[in-house]
Amino acid sequence: MKELSELIFVEGLRYTEDHEWISAEGETLKVGVTDYAQDQMGDVVFVEAPEVGDELSKGDEFGTIESVKAVSELYLPVGGEIVAINEDLDDAPELVNEDPYKNWLVEIKPSDPAELEGLLTLEAYKELLKG
Amino acid sequence: METIKKTVLHDFHCQEGANMALFGGYDMPLWYTTGTKAEHLAVIKNAGVFDTSHMAVLTVAGAGARTLLQYCLTKDMDSCIGKNKTPLTQGRCVYGLFLDADGHVIDDAIIYCLGDESYMVVVNAGMGGTIATHLQSQDMAQGIRIKDLTDKVGKMDIQGPDSAKVLAKIVKNPEQLFEKMMYFSFKGGFDGCTGTTAVQLLDGTDILVSRTGYTGEFGFELFCDVKDLVSLWDQVLLAGKEFSVIPCGLAARDSLRAGAVLPLSHQDIGPWPFANTPWPFALAEKDGKGKFTKDFHGAEALMENDWQKYTLAFAGFDPRKIGAEETNYVTALDGERIGKILTCTTDMAIGRVDGEIKSIAGGKEAKLKGLCCGFVLLDKDVKQGEIVLLTDGKRKIKVEIRTDIRPQRTARCAIGTMLA
Repeated sequence: MKELSELIFVEGLRYTEDHEWISAEGETLKVGVTDYAQDQMGDVVFVEAPEVGDELSKGDEFGTIESVKAVSELYLPVGGEIVAINEDLDDAPELVNEDPYKNWLVEIKPSDPAELEGLLTLEAYKELLKG
Repeated sequence: METIKKTVLHDFHCQEGANMALFGGYDMPLWYTTGTKAEHLAVIKNAGVFDTSHMAVLTVAGAGARTLLQYCLTKDMDSCIGKNKTPLTQGRCVYGLFLDADGHVIDDAIIYCLGDESYMVVVNAGMGGTIATHLQSQDMAQGIRIKDLTDKVGKMDIQGPDSAKVLAKIVKNPEQLFEKMMYFSFKGGFDGCTGTTAVQLLDGTDILVSRTGYTGEFGFELFCDVKDLVSLWDQVLLAGKEFSVIPCGLAARDSLRAGAVLPLSHQDIGPWPFANTPWPFALAEKDGKGKFTKDFHGAEALMENDWQKYTLAFAGFDPRKIGAEETNYVTALDGERIGKILTCTTDMAIGRVDGEIKSIAGGKEAKLKGLCCGFVLLDKDVKQGEIVLLTDGKRKIKVEIRTDIRPQRTARCAIGTMLA
């Protein structure tokens, strides 16, 4: 398991208590899981994604991510419409382990960008991991 | 508070960055930095090594030792070896169960015949004391020496097709070691557990090499004095480097054994009657009248039992799984709730090609993504090939009831072909 000092974080993203990240700027926002999440889960073997066009609210379950260890539910950090899913993960779910920030899960058009403000900053997320 | 135990390889696991978890009272590696998939595939393609020194080891010796074990073990030690069902003799070992008087499983075990009245009994982590007490509590245990050697014995496994090639590099006289080394036989010994033959590493360390394992693949379990284990582990890994041998954690062991349709004690077998399972081979044979060929502790309860539950193996259609949590359950296609999930994991070496399960073994099917597989405990019998649903109440996954799962397993392959 990675030590806190070994974990990779990316500046300019917002984070959630469920160890997801979301891009913080733009018309559409990408959502993925953090390095901490992929390290805890172990090898990802399957990503179950929603349909493009699904309208979901903040906190709704939008899919599951399955690792060798467990099945984890994925919750939307902000509400909106799913505009894209990362189809690369169909064939190669392990990409999430290789680079969890490059290999996003879904892209969303937020219905209320202000919801982003309620999410964790990088500093706040690091504090959360420190426990 | 119970203290968490560590094996002598604990430092290695931590230095290698393993993801650790509590298992059977020990802090054990779930996987290393390579990840479970790489570890699982290494055992199918090359070989992997496992720290199994958390398992418990007893010796049972003295006049009457065989009679005691024969009464306590479900397997008939006088009729268990090979097609002709010959008796367990020195250098051979056998898999069986210890049941309580109700026919419930206390633990499973491999019994090693070290000599006429001398046996080594290997049970699961934390079970040494329980099994020792169980054996001692039998009337016929009078005068028999039952010792718990768990903290004195070092144990590791090497599993996978290249296992013998790796061992050949570090033992004296490998030809002698591998000669006629049948599945479920062993050679050598170490302080506290000695047979007639000796097996030594090139550096003179005594080891016991057992052609057994828990992955369904060709390989060995290695026993030694606990003080020699770290050195043995290092030697095996070093010798294994050219074969891409890597250390493997409990998660890979779980996914490998589930694909091989082998039960995990206290999960797939446990404190409920051992009946209607995929593992009748763990019991004594039955004669023409349906009676066991020997009497054993728990046999009467098994004969009389009206246990109407069925343990069945399954495989899914993709890698998705539904965990074995208490809240998850199994339904028929019409939604009727019919039982619970005992194990659900992903065998990452297999996949379906035109509906049929194929393995990456042999290199022909390189692009398989894995299938979920495991065991369910159902309220009714479901035939092979039928579909049931695993669910957590929201997600539903179709799985097929199977009698076998991962094809092309190597556990029973002739040793000569594995050395060629």
